[in-house]
Amino acid sequence: MTAKVGKTEITIKKKDKSFIARIGGLVVTFALVLVITALIIAMSGKNPIEAFGYLFEGAFSSTYNIGETMVKTIPLLIAGLGLCICYRTGLTSVGAEGQMAIAGLMTTIVGVYVTGLPRLVMIPLCLICGMIGGGIWAGIAGFLKAKFGISEIINTIMLNYIASFTVSYMCSGPIIEPPGTYIQSSMLQDTAFLTKLVPQTRIHTGIIIAIISIVVVYLLIWKSPLGYQMRAVGYNPSAAKTSGINVTKNLVLAMFLSGAFCGLAGAIEIMGLHHRLMPGFTSELGFDAMAIALLGGLHPVGVTLSALFFGALRAGSTTMQRAMQIPASLVSIIQGLIIIFVMMQGLFSNFIIKISKGKSGKEA
Amino acid sequence: MQDIVLEMKGVTKRFGSLVANDSVDFDLRKGEVHALLGENGAGKTTLMNCLYGIYRQEEGDIFYKGQKLELNNPKDAIKVGIGMVHQHFMLVPVMTVLENIILGQTDNLKKIDFKTPRKKVQELCDTYGFQLDLDAKIADLSVGAQQKVELVKALYRGADVLILDEPTAVLTPNEVNELFVILKQFIEQGKSIILISHKLWEVKRLSNRCTVLRSGKVVQTVNTDEVEETDMAAMMVGKKVTFSYEKTPVTNTDNILEVDSICAKGLNLASTLKKVSFSIKRGEILGVAGVDGNGQFELGESLMGLTPLTEGKISFDGKDISTMPTRERIENGFAYIPEDRMTQGLVMDFSLSENYVLNKYEHEPYTTHKVVFHSKAVESHGEVLTEEYDVRPRNPKAFAKSLSGGNQQKVILARELSSDPKIIIAMHPTRGLDIGASEFVHHKLLTAKENGSGVLVISADLDEILAIADRVIVINEGKIMGEFVPGEIDLSEIGLMMGGISRNGEEVQE
Amino acid sequence: MLAFIEGMLGAAIRTGCPIMLCGLGCLFCSKAGIINFAMEGVMTMGAFFAVLGSYLTGSPWIGLLCGIVAGVISNMILGIMAITVKVNQVVVGTGLNSLCLGLSSYLISFCYPDGMPNKVNAFKTISFGPLAKIPVIGVLFEQQALTYIAFLLVPVIFYVINKTSFGMAIRACGEHPHAADSLGINVDKKRYTAVLIAGVLGGMGGAALAIGQMSMFSIGMVAGRGYLSWSAVTIGKFSPIGVMLASLLFGAATGLQVRAKTLGIPIPSQFFSMFPYLLTMIILASVIGRTSGPKAIGKPFIKGER
Repeated sequence: MTAKVGKTEITIKKKDKSFIARIGGLVVTFALVLVITALIIAMSGKNPIEAFGYLFEGAFSSTYNIGETMVKTIPLLIAGLGLCICYRTGLTSVGAEGQMAIAGLMTTIVGVYVTGLPRLVMIPLCLICGMIGGGIWAGIAGFLKAKFGISEIINTIMLNYIASFTVSYMCSGPIIEPPGTYIQSSMLQDTAFLTKLVPQTRIHTGIIIAIISIVVVYLLIWKSPLGYQMRAVGYNPSAAKTSGINVTKNLVLAMFLSGAFCGLAGAIEIMGLHHRLMPGFTSELGFDAMAIALLGGLHPVGVTLSALFFGALRAGSTTMQRAMQIPASLVSIIQGLIIIFVMMQGLFSNFIIKISKGKSGKEA
Repeated sequence: MQDIVLEMKGVTKRFGSLVANDSVDFDLRKGEVHALLGENGAGKTTLMNCLYGIYRQEEGDIFYKGQKLELNNPKDAIKVGIGMVHQHFMLVPVMTVLENIILGQTDNLKKIDFKTPRKKVQELCDTYGFQLDLDAKIADLSVGAQQKVELVKALYRGADVLILDEPTAVLTPNEVNELFVILKQFIEQGKSIILISHKLWEVKRLSNRCTVLRSGKVVQTVNTDEVEETDMAAMMVGKKVTFSYEKTPVTNTDNILEVDSICAKGLNLASTLKKVSFSIKRGEILGVAGVDGNGQFELGESLMGLTPLTEGKISFDGKDISTMPTRERIENGFAYIPEDRMTQGLVMDFSLSENYVLNKYEHEPYTTHKVVFHSKAVESHGEVLTEEYDVRPRNPKAFAKSLSGGNQQKVILARELSSDPKIIIAMHPTRGLDIGASEFVHHKLLTAKENGSGVLVISADLDEILAIADRVIVINEGKIMGEFVPGEIDLSEIGLMMGGISRNGEEVQE
Repeated sequence: MLAFIEGMLGAAIRTGCPIMLCGLGCLFCSKAGIINFAMEGVMTMGAFFAVLGSYLTGSPWIGLLCGIVAGVISNMILGIMAITVKVNQVVVGTGLNSLCLGLSSYLISFCYPDGMPNKVNAFKTISFGPLAKIPVIGVLFEQQALTYIAFLLVPVIFYVINKTSFGMAIRACGEHPHAADSLGINVDKKRYTAVLIAGVLGGMGGAALAIGQMSMFSIGMVAGRGYLSWSAVTIGKFSPIGVMLASLLFGAATGLQVRAKTLGIPIPSQFFSMFPYLLTMIILASVIGRTSGPKAIGKPFIKGER
């Protein structure tokens, strides 16, 4: 911890937060979220304990339910990993949702209209097209940031809306399923379907891709010179530039890679689950992914855990909704609360430091 | 003369476990200039921030004309008549002079009345002979003019006691003289001044009394005319300080770097480079002297390729490198110690080891096969350098932000010098460092020189330049004013060059 | 042609008004150095509670009041996180947006046990008689109370920000909080005040959408208007009049969609729907991308540290 006095910097040695303290912080966060959620449920006249019971049951009680948790986790995990890349590079992307949508569109076009290819070629082709779609969609925001200094936050939001309207347009016109009764695309060819893995569940091979993604993102961030560069740019772009690192290139590249992973998530969602494109298929997964990346401390392992948590929440909320008529939008509330309380963790620890050191305050 | 306006008794201020001020006693008499002398980090500014209500001291009391003060924020200090001119000016750049002066005086939803304050400010300006355009934006003013705005701001609020934090650090010699005249006027008006400084001559010339601080403690309060500068220096650092090094003569004749009338856009007109030319030989230290903000930053940045040249040519080892990207320059043997180690030099959230490889992470053994990054190799490199450059704490896994300024600078030196550079560009290499750390840096630069590197030392600290450079050029408003060899000419002539009079005695017109 | 212009102008004003109110709120925060990224959520809460208030009491004015209170409470969460806890304002804003969105759709089933009414009492159009009959610009004098208030607020806010000492102190906090602090201005207090004002305006904006432009609440009805209003500040170069023009532009873009449909122009509606968002990107990239806002925007203020 450092405090600056005039132009002189004073350094106070602080022990690194121990592992236990960090876990403790997380426990406090979850406890607070749980209590507030319980209050909200209770206020609407339902029994929160019962509600949590259904939530748990819906996520873990049977093979099918565990399968549902996994199925919901897959896109969340991959998109969350993708966001880690750009957050680590100091880019606040809010665009996972739009990148997934565009990727879904690309995948669908290839999956429906490119015919005659064997499964072994078709699946990678669909995945790659989705990744490229998501990557370019994110890359636009990265380019505008790097080239003109326009906030990537604004542009990723705008791109989300543009993507969603594009998908809705494509589904209601150019690629609508004949004869045009429903606003959705035709079914993908079955060579583009991701294979089911476990009987009696919807778990598909996407889970393998997700596991590979964890490793790839870990290696990218910590075991490649590119990851080193991107982290340097994220922490201090001006020092990176001074040492001759091309900041512009890294910003665009980080956005592209991040978008590619979000795109992968979108492609898998189409190929493994829906098998066709329809408006709104992303169902806010991209926003959950933001919470997941943050809650997971921008580390692949943390992201995996928090994606599982959110996956379970999504799977369980369906059961809860059915059994108790509690709207599934409770998940959005929990997601929002988690983001806010995760950010507050810093406050908790600062508070503890303040108490232990008396009112000396003014520390950074 | 003897009535005491202000008194601080036993003031102690801590930051966490660090004691910035240790039961400091200080008093100020009416109509005097009382200097607060000490090295960087001695606790001068912190003490004054307590007096101005920015910090709250843990122990001790402050009395103003016998009344005990409870200072919870600057407003309380302003109310009793204490004004402070901070070293980094507290002016809002997009607002006008007048707006800055009256800022915070009122806080309501009425239309601001500029008329009455304008009259009062104009009167103040006339009294002291300030030429200020009250409707000019601060961003368009020179540093000297901004300082005057700060002074008027304090006077406008009825300051009887003025705290000046390193007021001459950013001024040209002429502006310094002007400031001294102004301060004399203040004294004549019965105001009292606290002058924070680490410059001995300034304290000697201006102050009546002087309190020396070292590591947060008062060493002694003396009447300035009763002590010699050397004694004050000794009190300040605890030992004699004059940098003096054995300089090995430059034997090489071939230039490693040639800069041929380069121009580059600057932050403002004064710092824009205007046809700068010089050369550096292998094994030579060339010093660039000058007051801050006269194009030094732009010079360093354009040599490194961080700012594009608008004109001119840079040759390195005989090759034209004017448009070479920064990374390639580094590959070719450039080392750069940037002006601001916190924003430009280090990645504060990286470990020391990671910081050491910022300029070479793409090379073996840190990266193999172009894509595999070996953190083990980075760490063992980190251990070696931390040891070799005596970086404390001896923990290459520590975060850069947890280090003191001096140790941070060592990390940068270690990174830049360990790759056997052919040319070293060192910007303010010892700024903010204590004597020991400064000597360490100087020795490293001198060693590099002896190993055949060309070194460019850009510094606002003239003593430093004279001590280590073989040859010196003086920069003013983006132009080279002249060149000399240390010892060849006297200080007043150097001062003139720094103030914009070229060596043959002409004032250089824009 | 005249009818077309008149129609567009009317649409621009009607649909631009909620964006403008929220945009002015975001502007206030920006001036004080806060990125009000939570406007989407604030607007949602404002809209939801405005409808609820109007539903329960039958008075759109009480609805407006409810909307304002809801807006202030939700924006205060952002304020606390940004000013006291000193965290990344964009991330907190995102969290708050999804919290508010979730809360609004969660609350629907409990606040309206018998189902959501299709229509609640909304503001009535106030017509200035003869003035409203002037061709083309007559539409300006045939608006709802809230719209008139919104347009009156533009000069008022311009005056407060640029001409009063309160506004000057707010601007100082956004440009150079340490300078403000050194003159005894309580930076945190000023920033909280700005957040409060933004909450009021955001709640009004939500109300203007739900019981002005429309007369009901539906899940996701804000549909990015909060984000648009936030972008309007940048596009409007951080001035109240700029925010107004940008909002009207967004309004006109939306109006175009309706017009085009009635005129039978064969362009799919989705293109018109994405038009405001595309427009934002294009404007930012082409002309005003580099407008720099207040220097200290988004940066938490820590006393004594530069």
